[in-house]
Amino acid sequence: MLAYIARRLLYAVPILIGVNLITFMLFFIVNTPDDMARMHLGMKHVTPQAIEKWKAERGYDKPLLYNEEAQGLSTFTDTIFFQKSVRLFAFDFGLSDDGRDIGHDIYQRMWPSLAIAVPILVFGLLTNITVAMLLAFFRATYIDVTGVIMLVALMSISSLFYIIGGQYVIGKLLHLVPISGYDSGMNALKFIVLPVLVALLYGIGSGGRWYRTIFLEEIGKDYVRTARAKGLSERLVLFRHVLKNAMIPILTGVVVLLPLLFMGSLILESFFGIPGLGSYVIDAIQAQDFAIVRSMVFVGSVLYIIGLILTDISYTLVDPRIRLS
Amino acid sequence: MLKNITACLRASNDKICLLLLLILLGACDGRPWNNPYPHEEDDQNIMYSSFSERPKHLDPARSYSASEYQFIGQIYEPPLQYHYLKRPYALIPLTAEAVPHPRYYDADGNEMPDDGDMEVAYSVYDIRIRPGIRYQPHPAFAKDGEGRFLYHDLTRGEIESLYTLADFTRTGTRELVAEDYVYQIKRLAHPRLFSPILGIMSEYIVGLSAYAKTLENAYKALDSEGEGKFLDLRRYALEGVQAVDRYTYRITVKGKYPQLVYWLAMPFFSPVPVEADIFYSQPGMAEKNFTFDWYPVGTGPYYLTVNDPNRKMVMARNPHFHGETYPREGEAGDAAAGLLSDAGRPLPFIDKVVYSLEKESIPLWNKFLQGYYDTSGISSDSFDQAISIGSQGDIALTERMRAKGIRLQTAVNTSIFYMGFNMMDPVTGGYSERQRKLRQAISIALDYEEFISIFANGRGIPAQGAIPPGIFGYREGQDGINPYVYDWIDGRAVRKPIEEARRLLAEAGYEKGVDQETGKPLVLYFDVTGGGPDDKARMDWYRKQFQKLDIQLVVRNTDYNRFRDKMRNGNAQIFMWGWNADYPDPENFFFLLYGPNGKVKYHGENAANYDNPEFNRLFEQMKNMDNGPERLRIIEAMNDIVRRDAPWIWGLHPKSFALYHSWYHNAKPNLMANNTLKYKRIDPVLRKEKRAQWNQPVLWPLGLLGLLLVALIVPAVFTYIRREHRAPAIRGES
Repeated sequence: MLAYIARRLLYAVPILIGVNLITFMLFFIVNTPDDMARMHLGMKHVTPQAIEKWKAERGYDKPLLYNEEAQGLSTFTDTIFFQKSVRLFAFDFGLSDDGRDIGHDIYQRMWPSLAIAVPILVFGLLTNITVAMLLAFFRATYIDVTGVIMLVALMSISSLFYIIGGQYVIGKLLHLVPISGYDSGMNALKFIVLPVLVALLYGIGSGGRWYRTIFLEEIGKDYVRTARAKGLSERLVLFRHVLKNAMIPILTGVVVLLPLLFMGSLILESFFGIPGLGSYVIDAIQAQDFAIVRSMVFVGSVLYIIGLILTDISYTLVDPRIRLS
Repeated sequence: MLKNITACLRASNDKICLLLLLILLGACDGRPWNNPYPHEEDDQNIMYSSFSERPKHLDPARSYSASEYQFIGQIYEPPLQYHYLKRPYALIPLTAEAVPHPRYYDADGNEMPDDGDMEVAYSVYDIRIRPGIRYQPHPAFAKDGEGRFLYHDLTRGEIESLYTLADFTRTGTRELVAEDYVYQIKRLAHPRLFSPILGIMSEYIVGLSAYAKTLENAYKALDSEGEGKFLDLRRYALEGVQAVDRYTYRITVKGKYPQLVYWLAMPFFSPVPVEADIFYSQPGMAEKNFTFDWYPVGTGPYYLTVNDPNRKMVMARNPHFHGETYPREGEAGDAAAGLLSDAGRPLPFIDKVVYSLEKESIPLWNKFLQGYYDTSGISSDSFDQAISIGSQGDIALTERMRAKGIRLQTAVNTSIFYMGFNMMDPVTGGYSERQRKLRQAISIALDYEEFISIFANGRGIPAQGAIPPGIFGYREGQDGINPYVYDWIDGRAVRKPIEEARRLLAEAGYEKGVDQETGKPLVLYFDVTGGGPDDKARMDWYRKQFQKLDIQLVVRNTDYNRFRDKMRNGNAQIFMWGWNADYPDPENFFFLLYGPNGKVKYHGENAANYDNPEFNRLFEQMKNMDNGPERLRIIEAMNDIVRRDAPWIWGLHPKSFALYHSWYHNAKPNLMANNTLKYKRIDPVLRKEKRAQWNQPVLWPLGLLGLLLVALIVPAVFTYIRREHRAPAIRGES
């Protein structure tokens, strides 16, 4: 397994270079270094000299990908792409274009993101599995039909509706929790309740239906029929056999998400005033801060690769038939 | 084993029950559950406000936006400030002993009389500051018993364990001296700071341009020495700015520049102590965000105690504040409005201010209604909830707002949003009669009264020229209207009929929207940014306005960067632009139409590239004059020229609406001052009472929800039991 993991990690290097290159190209197709300088220097009284100085100060006065004036290897290394990308592989994110420490920002914003993402994942998983199991148990009854209709209705409504509706009903009308905001430590609890509830409600539609489909697929298999033939109760069949075997596709979906929990949720964080990583990238794109954009895309790619490796490993844990080689 | 587990579960259940009980008991203390602030703050003299975007810069040499000034305006103290209550806006001393009056000199260095007609070579401003003003507590000033600075020689290792300014255990202060103001003006030329006003100030302050070059060379030399790049500005003299003595400094400007006193009321001209610069320049400090951009150091009534721009910014009362009293006089009506109730009382009134990040307008609005923000603006989403507009267009608060004791204040902003014509464009630009009439016709056709009503909820007034209300040169009534677009009928300005616009269009050679020379329909291009669903209605409105004249308007939507490229290169034909006053002087608006300030040729702020020699001549004459009848006469002549040439469709001056709770006092819009927080007062007892009254938790829906769940679960349980008791063969699987 170690050899497999080492091989996958090596594969990650060209993937990360590729992602970095694509991010770089996409960013600079839309924004030129001059645009970035103007955005950072403000709207009023910006002189061409100030723009040139800003670019020189931050290394944006070099060619993008190929330096015709340089010699030898410098034709590639003395470029914006190389200078800005190479440090990322040492996880040195440096300073944002407006001079803030990106590593510090990521570290600070990671915790609030996790504070809502982890309960959403855990409770969401529990809720979705419970609902799906119930519907599978009562399959082909009025409970199943009503449940599926409700799930379809829930997943058809925009997440914004849940957010604004949740804030309106629970925060504004019932006065049960703060409408938005965040605090550190245990004080964060009262701010987390509402976004977690909203996310659970929003996620239950698609999650519940997906897991129901998985359970129904398992229920139709021969081993389930055998278990029943042996006289096991439906409860035991579902919890002891079906749930265990249905965990493989569920794990595929969940484990890959685990590292990405750090990245946060843009809309939830924005509406509930959670100072997480979700809005960090969007803010950076709006501010044309390439340093943050490239760092966050890099972090996202690394986390996604880790998620995929973890998924592969988790297969071997839940299904003894699978061996990584 | 089983017994142990059961005991453990029982113990856990007891703990959970105890926790729930404690929570319920806590909930029974009458404190609202939805209060986002800590319990201990309930009775405190704290103001709660919000910010929507993280401030980019808090360094007074760089900061140049209202969202940043709301913080640093309370921390830094330039020598002058605007009187809080008086209108028109009047400058008064802040740390200075008096508003400086310049002395004029000719090229030979001879002093000239104030009212002389001779060419002024230099103006000299001597600014004397009051002794005894002290800086906020800051580690940069902390010294040991032998008088050595504690934190000026830190190693990277020592800095590694520090995360916020509060991690420095010792702080100190010192007296404000004139040299601190000189130091900050020198910082405007620092090669790393990119001060936005370096360019404009270099035109006026003697030697500043050369000084910037000197510093650049010095910094390059320093750069080659490696780490620890502290550029000690004290080693480099700036010719036009000097400290005369401990409390007096002198600024020498080229020629006459009366607007300098307005700049002296802006944070750019605040004092900066060199100790703080040395402190922040140590290697490793910037990586920990220990910079002027993160932790300002000032003498103002407040200082920043928490800088977490992802969540909240907190300012606390500066214990060393020099003291100031609430103004004893204002304008007519201020006393009746209760704005003089605190006359003569020491400032500031509020102990602490908490700004929370609120990116979305809906939560912000709802929290304001719950009493968790003391003031609020009105977004378009909540406009109907807050404001009712009468049949005569009169604006008032809705009954619901009045019942909460909320008060409304409105003010016309000292800014303008206009539609500009690129004067370099062969069709819409130019100065021939044909081109002028085309622009005049379009100016009439675009009904900005309708625009304000539809798209701004009535929050604005149609502009009659470049100068907004509140600025010298703005005229009310018949004398102030744009006679090329409006007529004065029954005591009010009425837009000329569309027939007049059609007549002008025909005279311009575009009868019924067809170019009489080529026979082709007239197609104009409107360059805009954005293009979301919200913008579609507005763009459709613009098209309809042009259709009134049978002109086809093509909207060219692009991203902001490309739009700015087009503007810089002169490729836009018609565009929207705006300007917010830096200071209350007509020069700050007319310079937007001054030829040598053209965007394409000179990279200036004249986006329309308007260049009328007569206007330019009058501008050069007017800009250095003191306010008076002669200046007003020239301003009117300039107004007449630009109204006739119509390089802009004058658009609108937006109106700001602000709401205040009943516990919030001394609120009066002041669009020029940045330091108005110190005048505000709140009544925390009333606020606590109102919050408790408005936010009692409503629990019965939870009970109802519980019943509903039971109603759903019970039949399911019965079904389950029934199914479990059936034989597997009968269950019939799918």
